[in-house]
Amino acid sequence: MSANIHDIHDQHHHTPSGLMRWITTTNHKDIGSLYLWFSLVMFFIGGFMALIIRAELFEPGLQLVIPGFFNQMTTMHALIMIFGAVMPAFVGLANWQIPIMIGAPDMALPRLNNWSFWILPFAFTMLLSTLFFDSGGPAAGWTLYPPLSLQGGNSMPFVILSIHLLGISSILGAINVIATILNMRAPGMTLMKMPIFIWTWLITAFLLIAAMPVLAGAITMLLTDRFFGTSFFTASGGGDPVMFQHIFWFFGHPEVYILILPAFGIVSTIIPAFSRKKLFGYDSMVYATASIALLSFIVWAHHMFTVGMPLAGEIFFMLTTMLIAVPTGVKVFNWVATMWKGSMTFETPMLFALAFIILFTIGGFSGLMLAMTPADFQYHDTYFVVAHFHYVLVPGAVFAIIAAVYYWLPKWTGKMYSESLGKLHFWLTTVFVNVTFFPMHFVGLAGMPRRIPDYPVQFADFNAIASVGAFGFGLSQILFVYILYNTLKKDVTADDKVWDGAEGLEWTLSSPPPYHSFEKAPRVE
Amino acid sequence: MKNYLYMLALALPAEIMADWEVNMPRGVTPTSEIAYDIHMLMFWITVVIGILVFGVMIYSIIYHRKSVGHQPAKFHESTKVEIIWTVIPFLILVVCAVPATKALIMMEDTSDAGITLKVTGYQWMWEYEYLEDGVNFFSKIDNESNRARRLNSGQNVNNVDNYLRNVDNVVVLPTDTKVRVLLTASDVIHAWWVPELGGKKDAIPGYVNELWINIKKPGVYRGACAELCGKDHGFMPIVVRAVPKMEYEKWVTLQKDNRVAETKGN
Repeated sequence: MSANIHDIHDQHHHTPSGLMRWITTTNHKDIGSLYLWFSLVMFFIGGFMALIIRAELFEPGLQLVIPGFFNQMTTMHALIMIFGAVMPAFVGLANWQIPIMIGAPDMALPRLNNWSFWILPFAFTMLLSTLFFDSGGPAAGWTLYPPLSLQGGNSMPFVILSIHLLGISSILGAINVIATILNMRAPGMTLMKMPIFIWTWLITAFLLIAAMPVLAGAITMLLTDRFFGTSFFTASGGGDPVMFQHIFWFFGHPEVYILILPAFGIVSTIIPAFSRKKLFGYDSMVYATASIALLSFIVWAHHMFTVGMPLAGEIFFMLTTMLIAVPTGVKVFNWVATMWKGSMTFETPMLFALAFIILFTIGGFSGLMLAMTPADFQYHDTYFVVAHFHYVLVPGAVFAIIAAVYYWLPKWTGKMYSESLGKLHFWLTTVFVNVTFFPMHFVGLAGMPRRIPDYPVQFADFNAIASVGAFGFGLSQILFVYILYNTLKKDVTADDKVWDGAEGLEWTLSSPPPYHSFEKAPRVE
Repeated sequence: MKNYLYMLALALPAEIMADWEVNMPRGVTPTSEIAYDIHMLMFWITVVIGILVFGVMIYSIIYHRKSVGHQPAKFHESTKVEIIWTVIPFLILVVCAVPATKALIMMEDTSDAGITLKVTGYQWMWEYEYLEDGVNFFSKIDNESNRARRLNSGQNVNNVDNYLRNVDNVVVLPTDTKVRVLLTASDVIHAWWVPELGGKKDAIPGYVNELWINIKKPGVYRGACAELCGKDHGFMPIVVRAVPKMEYEKWVTLQKDNRVAETKGN
């Protein structure tokens, strides 16, 4: 503790400036900003890859890239978006928000915090550099299924090492989140009085700690299969390729909820603020989040219904997967009940949160359909699945992140963004996200497999529409960057309590908040 | 004129449907039909839930807004409604789970098959072995598609007959016969999938998976590999021609004769 006080004391007097400030920073707000800017850069890199994919798929026939490079693009797009864009954005939000929402001066482990961020640029530089290798980047899909992934070129050990680094970064971040939430809450803030965003992040952090080491194990076995003569996953050596899929998805399904639970927390914060009404069913929201997290560990094999599991296995995973619809439904109903008889206004964060509810629910519906094993035998590995997970990840996770940025940006910067530009950004994004991903349901059902660089001509029309939508979506995000730039260069200051309906400790601080958020812990009644 | 318009109105949807296929095909086997039925059941259930939930939400957005002067209510929990909207979705799921489980049991029952077709996936072609009839051959994408699919091939793929959906050697199967399909692979994981014949199964090295099909209607059915298997994953189509049993037997004899002729020729 005394070292901690010394730190605080130290930084008051000589904080390094320029680049060194950012490299050596242990401040939760600086690190939060680093995470968020990093995630924005990755969002554009991953988005650029998506546009290469959509440009190639604009019409049948190969026009732009060879199939091998196409597969590198689908693989990299997924890895960058999941590990580079969405996860760091949530960690950035956690860094900014957890201390100021629970009344703490900073995160519990500030140096660890610095390290967990600064691992990321190195990991992604290594991951992206594989695209410039002679043998190219990883091309076996982000799921890295062997034996295909074992055929890859020299990129493989680099990809595995960078995923290891990302895992270390996530686990350190999660440890920090748990330590902060459990030890540094303001006096009087019992667990069941915590803001809902804090709850969802606490549960997410436990998921991270449970899931990431499983991934690390799986990819390490891949590495030794490739370079040290083991055959964990090669049938010819007595190994089992399906075992990899089980281990991978034992990580992969909790990972899906790592990508969405903080989004639930954000939406559960924004909807009450702009409905001017308390969140409906706070307790059931907490229990629903916890049960979704627990269920996430017993549903993994629904990603692999077609591998030829025993009938009993197929039935078990179908039923447990269907069960997830219950707590998820509770959340959606609670959001609608929060809006019911409220006094709503529709500022940009609220618009994104409302679109989240509708579009995420559509993604949930297709998820429920996918849970039904007999139908999944048809859906599996088609564009229907692509449509499903993009609906829960783009207008799901990404919309929640954008909503959170608009909601808290005035608090972070002390400056108000332009509401009319924000609304324009919302409408462009929402229209184009649907133009991009809705037609994918149709081509998927009609029989178009995923991860193909070229397709039979009967899928041409919907693919052309999806490609137009993707470019529209991508270009609309440039407006988002302009809005951020425009806000930061303004000198109009925002109020401390930016939104009249918002509740929570962060609104009791100045905008922007002081460097050490709460030097004196506030009392929560 | 009126008549002409009427004809147009009738013809138009059919014309559009041909290119703008939006739904899962019902297919021609018991397994594809049951998959379609479950798919449509779930689709309509989600449509009804969607209309109810979004309806309430949109009503609330229209009437409970500040700009129309609506004052916020004070309630923020109700154990009764929370129990109701936990239990009702659960009951709906039970209603869905029963037919789905039954369907699954039916789909996984490969017993009492008439003939057995063994399918082996390779990068990037299929090998077919008719275990009882002793016929076997490889099947890969036809030459015309294969030329047109090259980067900057200069060929308009719209002019290629069944672009990416044609093979050199077609699988011939008898109708009204339960065919057990055994699936394996020699290099990486593939998945054998013809949508109109029902769901897919992975072909995995070291494993022999099985599924069954019983084709009710003669015809040509096209599919493709559905599991990423490397650079030419998108270029390993499947074509199944279903013919009446008599014709199938003739085909088998012809195949055997050809092989005898080939061996003699060598």
